[in-house]
Amino acid sequence: MRIKAEMKQSKEKLFIKNKTMDHEIEKRVWEYLDGHCNEKEKDFVKQQIADNTEWHSKYIELLGIHKLLQEQDLEMPSMRFTKNVMEEISRYQVAPATKNYINKNVIRGITAFFLTMITGLFIYFIGQMHWASNSSNSLLPASLDANNLNWGKMLNNSYVNIFLGISAILSLILLDKYLQAKKETGRTEH
Amino acid sequence: MINTGQPDEEIIFRVLKGDQSAYALLLEKYKNYVFTLVLRFTENREDAEEIAQDVFVKAYRSLADFRGDSKFSTWLFTITRTTCLSFLRKKKLDIQSLDNERTGVQLENRESGFNANLVEQKSKHAMLNQAIALLSPDDAQVLNLFYKGDQTLEEIGKIMRLDPNTIKVKLHRARQRLKDKLEKYFAHEVREIHAD
Repeated sequence: MRIKAEMKQSKEKLFIKNKTMDHEIEKRVWEYLDGHCNEKEKDFVKQQIADNTEWHSKYIELLGIHKLLQEQDLEMPSMRFTKNVMEEISRYQVAPATKNYINKNVIRGITAFFLTMITGLFIYFIGQMHWASNSSNSLLPASLDANNLNWGKMLNNSYVNIFLGISAILSLILLDKYLQAKKETGRTEH
Repeated sequence: MINTGQPDEEIIFRVLKGDQSAYALLLEKYKNYVFTLVLRFTENREDAEEIAQDVFVKAYRSLADFRGDSKFSTWLFTITRTTCLSFLRKKKLDIQSLDNERTGVQLENRESGFNANLVEQKSKHAMLNQAIALLSPDDAQVLNLFYKGDQTLEEIGKIMRLDPNTIKVKLHRARQRLKDKLEKYFAHEVREIHAD
């Protein structure tokens, strides 16, 4: 009984070993066929294909698939396809390159603006915290709870009002730019 | 690829200068590639034609954005992939994970239909197309881009937004799966190919 189990186990081990080796050979032969391996590896695979029957049969097998894939036919759309596309594009013009209307400085400015605001707000929030802790083990401030924050005080703060004002003006400018760009595109298309 | 006699950059320059008819040259050169790639996603020729048409219109409209950092084909195939994915999302088709092979009922249905066609389509190319159709869109796309799209691992990586090493693994697995499908459904034909 024990001998039987041992034999089964060794058979399984051998099967796994063979399978792994098989995969390894396949991987190396594919790389050889694709031309993705270096000179040393290329020579090694070439030698193995010439000397080793296992490598040789794997090479023949994969070469068949490789050739088949290279000779693969492409699908063709209908005869009217080109005409349809050309008719469709005749209604349009090539849109101006994105880099022409997206100014990197504007993007950097917006990013800087938001980063400053977020940092400012973060510092303001930190300033609102009561750092005296209830328990000696807790690393968090006692009043981290949002209920403890004085929202009314924050929203009445003149800095927040300025921030909201600037945001509103920026939004209106962006909306205006967007509508203008849309109008321009519409004009060029028709 | 069909040789237009002119480099892509030259044709693009002409189109950007206002010669709209020059775009037909690019269209003729790449339409079969784009259509084949799209078909790997949709399986329906009508949908594929609509998407492929959309790809070329989008490419035309954004032609000024093609900076020439990569090959035109790489740029076009990137548009093809994103257009296919958004079309599938719009149609709420079952994309699943594009990394995985089609599973369950979907694959079963395909394979039963596939068996019915087997007798009629015996040619080597039909056999290969049938086997590729059984792979996941991602596997099929990697194979198409590598073998027919004339794209390197780096370029395929750009199109699929993946690392070239990941593409290398994907290519290896795709071929492995293709080999399994060929062995499963075309054992006899495959033996004949090896004998040639």
